[in-house]
Amino acid sequence: MALVLTEEQSMLRDSARGLISDKAPVAHLRGLRDSKDATGFSRELWKTFAEMGFSGLLVPDQFGGSGLGCVEAGIVMEEIGRTLMPSPFLATSVLAASALSRGGSEAQKAQHLPKIADGSLLAALAIDEGAKHRPLQTKLQATRAGNGFKLSGDKAFVVDGHTADLLIVAARSAGSAGDKNGLTLFLVDPKARGIAVERTAMVDSHNAARIVFGNVEVNADSVLGEVDQGLGLLEGVLNIGRGAVASEMVGLSDEVFGRTVAYLKERKQFGKAIGEFQALQHRAAELYIDIEITRAAVLKALQALDTDIAKAATAVSVAKARAGTTATLAVQEGVQMHGGMGMTDQFDIGFFMKRARVCQELFGDSNYHTDQLASGKGY
Amino acid sequence: MADLEKFRAETRAWLEQNCPPEMRKPMTSDGDTFWGGRNTKFSSEAQRVWFERMRDKGWTVPHWPKEYGGGGLDGEEAKIVRQEMAAIGARQPLTSFGISMLGPALLKYGTEEQKKEHLPKITAGLIRWCQGYSEPNAGSDLASLQTRAVGDGDDYIINGQKIWTSYANYADWIFCLVRTDPAAKKHDGISFILFDMASKGVSTKPILLISGYSPFCETFFDNVRVPKSHVVGTVNRGWDVAKYLLQHERAMISGMGERGVGRPLGQIAADSVGTDAQGKLDDSQLRSQIANFEVDEAALAAAAERAVDLAKAGQSHPAFSSAMKYYGTELNKRRYEILMSAGGIDALEWESDRSKGGARPRAWLRTKANSIEGGTSEVMLGIVAKRILDLPGA
Repeated sequence: MALVLTEEQSMLRDSARGLISDKAPVAHLRGLRDSKDATGFSRELWKTFAEMGFSGLLVPDQFGGSGLGCVEAGIVMEEIGRTLMPSPFLATSVLAASALSRGGSEAQKAQHLPKIADGSLLAALAIDEGAKHRPLQTKLQATRAGNGFKLSGDKAFVVDGHTADLLIVAARSAGSAGDKNGLTLFLVDPKARGIAVERTAMVDSHNAARIVFGNVEVNADSVLGEVDQGLGLLEGVLNIGRGAVASEMVGLSDEVFGRTVAYLKERKQFGKAIGEFQALQHRAAELYIDIEITRAAVLKALQALDTDIAKAATAVSVAKARAGTTATLAVQEGVQMHGGMGMTDQFDIGFFMKRARVCQELFGDSNYHTDQLASGKGY
Repeated sequence: MADLEKFRAETRAWLEQNCPPEMRKPMTSDGDTFWGGRNTKFSSEAQRVWFERMRDKGWTVPHWPKEYGGGGLDGEEAKIVRQEMAAIGARQPLTSFGISMLGPALLKYGTEEQKKEHLPKITAGLIRWCQGYSEPNAGSDLASLQTRAVGDGDDYIINGQKIWTSYANYADWIFCLVRTDPAAKKHDGISFILFDMASKGVSTKPILLISGYSPFCETFFDNVRVPKSHVVGTVNRGWDVAKYLLQHERAMISGMGERGVGRPLGQIAADSVGTDAQGKLDDSQLRSQIANFEVDEAALAAAAERAVDLAKAGQSHPAFSSAMKYYGTELNKRRYEILMSAGGIDALEWESDRSKGGARPRAWLRTKANSIEGGTSEVMLGIVAKRILDLPGA
C-alpha cells in the first residue's frame, strides 16, 4: 500500500477541511470558551457532521455508516486539529463506534451503531483513573451481583463524559491492578442510579469529566465483549484512538507551523523580516522536517490499523510518541517565534499549545509509548 | 492489485530459491559490500553467485529500463522487490555510486549514446564510479569550484584538484564538475563531465581519517585530456545536473543507517549492560535513549517509504531529499553514540581480533562524516528554509 492518500481520501480531506475551516475556525472554540457553553461543542455542527457521513465513518454499512477505516478517521481528525474544533467525533465516532463494532453483540450493534451514524447518540469511553494513562492499572471494581454486576470506583479524563448518552467503562472484574486478565468493558447508562458526573473545565477548553460510580447496577447484557477478557478489545480500541489523536496532533502541528512561518515572513525587526535570520530559519527547517517525518509515521500507523490491528501496536506507539513530541516542539516554537504576541490570549497560538498538552496525555504520552515500544521489543 | 500480489508471490519464490543463505546474514565488514569495477574481487563464492543471479535478472537496479540492464519494473513492483529482499534480510547484490548517483543523472540529462555506453556497465558491475565534486576551497560553497577545463579542438584539457573523492583509488571512471567558463557567474560556468581514471595525468592520494581508514582521496588532474562529447547535459549548465545528482546522493546518505543493520540495539546493549528481573536493560537511561532512537528510526523509515511514494505520485518537493538527508544522518550519528555507550569499554578496543579490529569505534567515527558529506546539516537546513519554506534572504 502506497504511503500517500488515495484520490478518494484526498477528496474526503478536502470536504472535511472545507466544512471545518468554514464552520469551526479557532474563533468557534474561543466563543464556546468565552460563553462558558454548557455543552462545550455545537450540536448543530454535529448534525452537519452526521449529514456528511462523518459521524458514522467507522460504522459498518449494514448499521447505516460508511464502513471506512482508520486512515479516513485520521483524515477527519487532522482537519479537526487544524482548527481545534471541539467535536464528539473522537469519543463517539472513533472510540465508541470502534468498541461497539469490534466487540458488540448483534443486539448491541443494532441498538447503538445506527444512532451513532445518524448523530443521535453521543458516547464516551471511561478508562483513566489516575493522573497518567495506565489501562492495566484499572481498579474500578465490577463485582458480580445477581444476574449482573455492580460497578464501584472513579474515572477521570472521560472525553465528552458530561454529554454522553452512553458510557463504555473499563472495569476490573477479576485479579488486581496490573493484571492482564480480569478486565471487562461495560455499556452503562450515565443516568443509572449511583453515577455522579462532574464536568471538568480543562486547560484546552475541550470537554472532559470525572465520573464516580457508587455501586452502579448493570445487567449481564451490558457486558461489551467477554467478561475478564476485555484487554484485547480495549487495546484495539485505544490504539485506534491513539492513531486518531496522533492525526489530530499532526493537523495541529502543521497549522501552528504554517502560522509561524507566515509570521516569520511578515514580522520585521532590525529593518528586515525576522525570517531572514539564520537562527530562526534553521529552527523552522528542523520543525518542518520533524512534522513531515511524524506525518509519515502516523499514516503508517493508520494503515497498519486498517490492515491488521493485532499487529499494529508498535506502529501506533511510534506514531503517538512522535506526534506528542512533534506537537510539543511545534507549539513551543510557535509561541517563542511569535514573541510577546504568542503570549497573548488574543492570538490563537496559545489555544494550540493548550490542546497539544492535552493530546499528549490522551491515551498515553510520548514517554508511555516509547516505553511500550521498548517493552514490546523485549529490552 | 491482483497482478501485484502475483508479482509479490513470484518475487518471494524467486528470492527464496536464488538468494544464498550467506547473503541473508547482516553485513559485518566492508568486504561484505560488493562494489563491482575492473579490479574487483568477490569476497566469497556466495557473493559471486548472488550478484550474477541478480544481474542476469536485471535486479541489480530493478527500476531502470531493461535496455540499460535494469529490470524495467515500475515503482510498485520495485517496492515489492525491496520489501521482499528486506523480509529475508537479503544483501544488496551490488552497491555503487553509478547506481545511486550517476545513473539517475544520466537517465535525466544524458544523450542516448551516453546512456547506452555507461548504464549497462553500471548494472553489470563492470565499471566503478567516483564523484569529483568538492575541492580544497569549495566545500559547502561547492559552486566556487576552480578545477578548469579548457577547450582544445574536440577535447578539454583539465587541471585542478578534487578532495573527499570517495574510493577514488579504486574507481574506474569519475563524474566530475569542472569550470568551463571562468568569466561567468559562479553557478553558470560549470560543466558536468565523465572520464576514465586511467587517463594520463590523473592521480589519487588517500586521506587518513580519524577512523584509521582512508575511504576518501585527494584527486589531482594534470593536463588530463577528455573528449568534449563526455559532457553530460549542456556545457556551462552542469550545476543543474550537479544539483539533481545531489538530490539522489542525499537520499542515499539518509538511508545509510539502514544498511547492514544486524541485531536490535536493545539486544546488543543487553549483552554488555545486562538486564534486571523483568528483562529490562539494567541502565534505565540507556534504555530510554534506545527506545527514543527506535521511535525516530521507525518514523524515518516510514518517511523514506513515503518519499518514494510521493515521488511516484508526482507530489514530492525536489528539495525534500535535503530534509531526509539531515534527519537520516543525525539519526545515524545517534545510533553510533548509543552503540558506543552500550558497548562501554569493550567498544574502545581498536586493534584486537576480539573487537574485529576495532570495528565499532571505527564505524562510530565514520558516522561523523555523514552530516558533512553530500552537504552539511547546516546547508541542508538552509536549503529547506529557502526552497521549501520560502523564507526570505536565505
